[in-house]
Amino acid sequence: MTIWFDVCAVEDLQPNSGVCVLVQNQQIALFYLPATESVYAVHNFDPFGLANVLARGLIGDIGGQPMVASPLYKQHFHLTTGECFENSSVRIPAYPVRIDNARVSVGIPEPSV
Amino acid sequence: MKQTLVVIGNGMVGQHFLAGLAASTGKDQYDIVTFCEEPRPAYDRVHLSEFFSGKTAEDLSLIPEGFFADNGITLHLGDRAATIDREHKTVTSAKGVSIRYDKLVLATGSYPFVPPVPGHDRKNCLVYRTIEDLEAMTAAARTGKVGTVVGGGLLGLEAAKALKDLGLDTHVVEFAPRLMAVQIDEGGGAMLRRKIEALGVTVHTNKNTSQIIDGDTCVNKMCFADGEELETDVVLFSAGIRPRDDIAKGCGLDIGQRGGIVIDNHCKTSDPDIYAIGECALWNGMIFGLVAPGYAMARTVIADLNGSEALFTGADMSTKLKLMGVDVASIGDAHARTQGALIFTYQNGGSDVYKRLVVSEDKTRLLGAVLVGDANEYGTLLQYCQNGIALPEHPDSLILPRNAGEAVGLGPDALPASAQICSCYEVSKGAICSAIEAGCTTVNALKAETKAGTGCGGCVPLLKSVLNCELAKQGYEVNTDLCEHFAYTRQDLYNLIKVEGIKTFDALLAKHGRGLGCEICKPAVASILASHWNDYILKTEHVGLQDTNDTFLANMQKDGTYSVVPRIPGGEISPDMLIVLGQVGKKYNLYTKITGGQRVDLFGARLEELPAIWKELVDAGFESGHAYGKSLRTVKSCVGSTWCRYGVDDSVGLAIALENRYKGLRSPHKIKFAVSGCTRECAEAQGKDIGVIATENGWSLYVCGNGGMKPRHADLFATGLDKDTLIAYIDRVLIFYIRTADRLQRTSVWLENLAGGLDYLKAVVIDDKLGLCAELEQQMSHVIDTYQCEWKTTLEDADKLKRFRHFINSDQTDDNIVFVEERGQIRPANPEERRHFQLVEVA
Repeated sequence: MTIWFDVCAVEDLQPNSGVCVLVQNQQIALFYLPATESVYAVHNFDPFGLANVLARGLIGDIGGQPMVASPLYKQHFHLTTGECFENSSVRIPAYPVRIDNARVSVGIPEPSV
Repeated sequence: MKQTLVVIGNGMVGQHFLAGLAASTGKDQYDIVTFCEEPRPAYDRVHLSEFFSGKTAEDLSLIPEGFFADNGITLHLGDRAATIDREHKTVTSAKGVSIRYDKLVLATGSYPFVPPVPGHDRKNCLVYRTIEDLEAMTAAARTGKVGTVVGGGLLGLEAAKALKDLGLDTHVVEFAPRLMAVQIDEGGGAMLRRKIEALGVTVHTNKNTSQIIDGDTCVNKMCFADGEELETDVVLFSAGIRPRDDIAKGCGLDIGQRGGIVIDNHCKTSDPDIYAIGECALWNGMIFGLVAPGYAMARTVIADLNGSEALFTGADMSTKLKLMGVDVASIGDAHARTQGALIFTYQNGGSDVYKRLVVSEDKTRLLGAVLVGDANEYGTLLQYCQNGIALPEHPDSLILPRNAGEAVGLGPDALPASAQICSCYEVSKGAICSAIEAGCTTVNALKAETKAGTGCGGCVPLLKSVLNCELAKQGYEVNTDLCEHFAYTRQDLYNLIKVEGIKTFDALLAKHGRGLGCEICKPAVASILASHWNDYILKTEHVGLQDTNDTFLANMQKDGTYSVVPRIPGGEISPDMLIVLGQVGKKYNLYTKITGGQRVDLFGARLEELPAIWKELVDAGFESGHAYGKSLRTVKSCVGSTWCRYGVDDSVGLAIALENRYKGLRSPHKIKFAVSGCTRECAEAQGKDIGVIATENGWSLYVCGNGGMKPRHADLFATGLDKDTLIAYIDRVLIFYIRTADRLQRTSVWLENLAGGLDYLKAVVIDDKLGLCAELEQQMSHVIDTYQCEWKTTLEDADKLKRFRHFINSDQTDDNIVFVEERGQIRPANPEERRHFQLVEVA
């Protein structure tokens, strides 16, 4: 089950760039690409640099796939799957995003207790 | 039953022989024993002077790891072979080791000739041959100020560079009327002299040293036959070489009248079981003092031992080298000794280039050439000469300057497969093409596979053009695209932005690119836009292009915090301003460190703290230091004539003026300056992108130096400049660099890759060869006129400040940032320490 959390307004996002939101005590990076009218959400933690910085990475695409490049050591992560392009065994959490009434919500998987 | 092969001497040629034999089929027929007199096995003597620019003895070694053990070769290190008993076929060493041989190879090399003038063996009178010699030079230079090389030949000039690198006031004393008399003609020699003197080396020709005695101001004084004298601390003899033939003489082998072990075309001495190779050998009355002929002899002997035949029939003495940064090349019959030879000469006094062609009487064949100051045509001319390729109708077209668009030289496609590309390792174009077909698609791969280009390195440009040509023929595209989003180079994009007046990344992408962009093209385009238009980089349309450092105007550290570097122009700061830095550091609990660029770095600022920190700094009068940008960083300076007893001019004043002029200038990579107030060079300006040194006659400008990973000594660009001319030159050099460099290319690498090199840059900047100077200066003045302190602008914009929060929906801070204390200041906790402080929960 996915639980949806309202996190911010669309206008709080940075076009072609990232911001970070706190949801359920988790840091989530949100990226907004006006060209494709898309908003992506992945965890903010860089598993290589071991710091909460991915929201400050540059975004774009590799071969048409949306990606963020870590600002620390430049590894690329897929914005919808979270998979690292350089090392497919590394994957960061990625989350679904909904836009409704100019508000942004992020879907967090319900803890499987 | 294996035979015993003894090799006397483990220098470059001895080692080349061993490596070649070990790789051949004949290796299993011999037990191999080699004697090496020096305390270390073979090293690269050709690049000996690099010892002074940072290479170690290990770097220069020619021995692959485990070479002797892996190939079953017994090495007697530090033990000189002393005698040969031909009757009993034994070699006995100085330490008393006696080995019976079946075959013997003499690779004893040569020794430096020291003229027998009185005083030649005084203190600090040295030679330049071995690493031990270099260590003796270093020791002597420590206490001396002046060094003199006796001998203005190829080795002598190499030695002069070594003395210069050791920081000595350097002289070259030559007996002949010109430098490099063996390789180049009078005109070339004169040009070479001018260029070398411009580098600060004093050249004395027609000088015959009569004795060396106690000096008055230095350790030694050289007295010349014409009555003149020269005070010098170090004397370095480099007056030619003499073959080491004593051991051959001792056992009765044939020796030439003026020395050298006589060999035939098989490299056999007068004893058929003894060979001689390299500089100890005399073939057809000639000693070959270059490494390539020695290597050829080694191959001849290997073939002979393997039962095949590869006769040594002389060697091409063509050579190309960089002497103290000056390109010099000599090909074939450089002195036009061939009957009826015709001479074509091109001389450009402005850019100090001299070129001479020696052509056959019927103008169809190239016999020889001399190139000084620009040896770009070496590869092409060598091919014409060695392969007997028919010359074009007007042979002088080969050395005349070419205008843009004209074909350059002989394309690699025109060369036959037999054409020799690398003469050190005798690698033909055919061999290179086979290696390319087998999958070598880079110069490095070719070097590893074929060894081409790993000797003197002179053929590397030709090797590269053969590679590119073959790759293109085989359907590979030589890709110079910036990235997958733009099929253009950075220079192309710069021109598109400039010519079409493009002001945003989106507009450029829509018109000339594809996809969404990436972390390569976005900052590259952001940099071009900033260099050309100089908009505020955090404008909405630009902010998404910036690396995190530019986005937050600070430098991200490993834990995601930032460091803050306010500008301190020229490194000059008042006590009050220093106190402000101390107060800010204390208030925000920042780790503080002095940088190499004479300013203060404050570490450990959280993203959300940056605006408050900068508010205090800006209010106190500080400006952004642009430490976060690919832009002008600092202008370092020594204290200069204001305080220093030796200062010639006000280096601090000039440094401040330059830093304030160029601050904020965005460029392909960071740019560092320095200004020294005298030639003691305390500001280390010759290791900077732009270096300025005060002299009695005005400012000297150095360009394109670098410290860091790959240090490069800056090139002297112009001397005796007044301040206005100096600034005009710097304006032009910088904008020309910004327009033409690759992404993230420092000025040092840019100049190395600039076609035509330093001379071309001088022609553009000083002689206005492209008619661009006014435009370059105009662009610089636009950048200067539109300067803003990016922090001041940002602090005035509430909207921009919104980004300086860790969470946009919470005032909490990042709990992953943890500091511990060390030496009284904070530092990021390591993972071990972190576990004690917190529970990290990652989904």
